[in-house]
Amino acid sequence: MAEAISLMKGNDAIAHAAIRYGVDGYFGYPITPQSEVIEVLMEAAPWKTTGMVVLQAESEVSAINMVYGGAACGKYVMTSSSSPGISLKQEGISYMAGAELPCLIVNVQRGGPGLGTIQPSQADYFQTVKGGGHGDYKLITLAPNSVQEMADFVALGFDLAFKYRNPAIILTDGVIGQMMEKVKLPEFRRRRTEEEVREQCPWATLGKTADRGPNIITSLELGSAEMEENNKRFQAKYRVIEEKEVRYEEIQCDDADYLLVAFGSAARICLKTIQLAREEGIKVGLIRPITLWPFPAKVLYGYADTVKGMLTVELNAGQMVEDVRLAVNGKVPVEHYGRLGGIVPTPDEVLVALKKKMEIK
Amino acid sequence: MDVNSIAIPENLVYAKPELMNDTHMHYCPGCSHGVVHKLIAEVIEELGWQEKTIGIAPVGCGVFAYKYLDIDWQEAAHGRAPALATAVKRLLPDKMVFTYQGDGDLAAIGTAETIHAANRGENIAIFFINNGIYGMTGGQMAPTTLKGMKTSTSPEGRNVETMGNPLKILDLLALLDGVCLATRVSVHTAAAVKKTRRMIKLAFENAMAGKGTSIVEVVSTCNAGWKMTPAQANDWMVENMFPVYPIGDLKNI
Repeated sequence: MAEAISLMKGNDAIAHAAIRYGVDGYFGYPITPQSEVIEVLMEAAPWKTTGMVVLQAESEVSAINMVYGGAACGKYVMTSSSSPGISLKQEGISYMAGAELPCLIVNVQRGGPGLGTIQPSQADYFQTVKGGGHGDYKLITLAPNSVQEMADFVALGFDLAFKYRNPAIILTDGVIGQMMEKVKLPEFRRRRTEEEVREQCPWATLGKTADRGPNIITSLELGSAEMEENNKRFQAKYRVIEEKEVRYEEIQCDDADYLLVAFGSAARICLKTIQLAREEGIKVGLIRPITLWPFPAKVLYGYADTVKGMLTVELNAGQMVEDVRLAVNGKVPVEHYGRLGGIVPTPDEVLVALKKKMEIK
Repeated sequence: MDVNSIAIPENLVYAKPELMNDTHMHYCPGCSHGVVHKLIAEVIEELGWQEKTIGIAPVGCGVFAYKYLDIDWQEAAHGRAPALATAVKRLLPDKMVFTYQGDGDLAAIGTAETIHAANRGENIAIFFINNGIYGMTGGQMAPTTLKGMKTSTSPEGRNVETMGNPLKILDLLALLDGVCLATRVSVHTAAAVKKTRRMIKLAFENAMAGKGTSIVEVVSTCNAGWKMTPAQANDWMVENMFPVYPIGDLKNI
């Protein structure tokens, strides 16, 4: 039987996709604009059907550490929050990167800094792709631009997280989290049995059996030589991810004189801007990074010889623009246009900015 | 009868638990940690729960607990052990999950995680080493440091007017409906060690019986941090710690 098409919010899609993927546990704390994730899960009560654990923690700090505990057992575990709550989770994220634990984190961004606003923003780009927590680590970062991708990236995030034993994060915002769209939810998968987890995750702390030594999940290594080796192993893994897991979308780039570079909700706005620009005879294309780390730097570099300029459009003061500039290494002008504090730009506004910054007459 | 005729297997009255490996312990001579480790190992062996026990280690002197007992372990961030244990137990309800935490970990930075795990009545055992000082970082003031007690961050002695009072966190925890066992024990005499072993076993049994959270506070010595000999530290603990942290059950249902 064909799967039904539903109409729902991005946040709801995350929750339903998690149940269907066979997620073992969700641990969260309410914060706008993502509280629907835990609300939908509590309403759906998956512990009665799939056996999935859903728990409202006492804080975001506790929630991410519950994720650590569950991930260390080889379970599919996740949390979601919004910007101020994600700041609180940085401790746990760093520990999980250090202990090489797979998990899925969702950040439905709102405007900051501080308590900021509850309106959409993309100002956590730096926090997500440059570190956020302490130490040299990377987060596999997925940036959905639709409710469909919110649903699809639950599976993609877990698959990548377990493939590389590394936390993955869906970096989205209040627009995608709150807007309603058609979505085709994934098929139901049953949760893995303990035997399957033991087989797939021989490192998991499921109780020491007689046929193996103790499994110990830790990020601690007091010996500096050993800790350097651990870091080298992480870095080698990150290089593989950068080589193999870059995802992006190219839209009308073949004949483009100018490129917009945008992710998530900003990329949705840019789709309309391209159309408006082409109606005026300006050939504009869009590169939409789907993975923000690993970043599609090689793809952007490839366009540096063929376009006259690139404009990043971001709901922040200019963050991804730095990675685009690094990618093209001065070969082509790269400018930024953004709105701050929860304001979302219109397609016309972006076109005006493109013409002004690229000096298009 | 010479020594060699005594040291034969038939005359063996005591042995190190098999669960304890031969890794050299980093604990100072005289420290209570080693005794409590051994008791936990003995209880796990006695219950036959080696394959289903998962330990959560803290940050503090107990950080390397995972090196000494051959079971599966997770090393938590400072204070977060009860959050990890919550998830492990919820996801693996047929496993035995315990945390091993010091006073800074449990009663300062991890207060929220401890109180809320206990308030939810998580079916876990919490072993709480209270020696009134931060041992691992070199002897700083703990939430449980006694009034007037000198540490490297209270060099004139803990002034309760500016530094707060010794935190009797077990008294707080005993008030929570989710807690089935809140007890204070010690390991400074043979009789005290036997009592502590019984309470550790009870905490394990409570967890698997689904009775809620069990907390066993071991009022302990840190002779290195206290700058005393082990014997002096035991006497000092009896004289000074016990009046503030009285030995016995606060709750046992």
